[in-house]
Amino acid sequence: MSQGVGVVGLYVRDQDEALQFYVEKLGFRVHTDARNGDYRWLTVQHPEQPSFQLGLFLPQPPTLDAATAQTVREIVAKGAMPPLVLMVDDCRAAYARMRARGVEFTQEPMDRYGAVDAGFRDPSGNGWKMIEGRG
Amino acid sequence: MSQDPALLRRLLRAKDRMDGASHEAWPVARLARVSGVSEAHFARSFKEAFGVPPHRYLLTRRIERATALLRDTDLPITEIAFETGWNSLGTFGRTFRDITGESPQALRAREKAAPHQPEPVPGCYLSAAHRPGLTIAVSEKRRQGDDARKDGSTETEVP
Repeated sequence: MSQGVGVVGLYVRDQDEALQFYVEKLGFRVHTDARNGDYRWLTVQHPEQPSFQLGLFLPQPPTLDAATAQTVREIVAKGAMPPLVLMVDDCRAAYARMRARGVEFTQEPMDRYGAVDAGFRDPSGNGWKMIEGRG
Repeated sequence: MSQDPALLRRLLRAKDRMDGASHEAWPVARLARVSGVSEAHFARSFKEAFGVPPHRYLLTRRIERATALLRDTDLPITEIAFETGWNSLGTFGRTFRDITGESPQALRAREKAAPHQPEPVPGCYLSAAHRPGLTIAVSEKRRQGDDARKDGSTETEVP
């Protein structure tokens, strides 16, 4: 595929911590990890989704001014960033696996509306729903 | 007013715990423990971070859940009251009416009468979209409400 959404970024409080979380706990792979001075362009990828990258970006100057960066850090930590959804084949199995790796779940798997979903957060506060596809 | 992101992340954990088990009792002491701060600090910081005091936030979550159960299930209202964390049906009914402006029975009747199309929104987000806004205390909302209803209740809003 040559057209479509290529990268969507999250703001994280610490890129090393986020990298470890998304790779070691969620099973993503590093796509790009490029540094330029203080700036670090870091993206990860779901192993089954090669055309999409999830960016893990730090709210920091000079991209953002210092005051705005602080505001963004607060918003992320309050869990006020928009919803994220991770689709899985088996929500309960993924829950058990991720929980064993220390993922902070906010909601255990629940069967509702004909599907199973669970909720978790990354260390920064970004909230994910994990939803089992309906086949 | 700026707040320390590390503190906010811990306050969020307390909020998440209420979200995950809104039927349970969440006294400030318990919430403060989750966030690892003193009770006084917790109450003040939570309100500053999330715009409402913690107990009022809990109420909105309980009403949101009760509303969903009234709409989506045929559970008896008594059972919904207990399942969403109230100790008495009377308190549930009164608080529900004070917050939403109608009784649980009336809401159920209205929702059942309305045709429902399955909506292409994940259920959990849809539910949150219907969370009642509770920018003033329930006692205040009650005072502003129907003057003809002279129940003279002096209950606090802590369920």
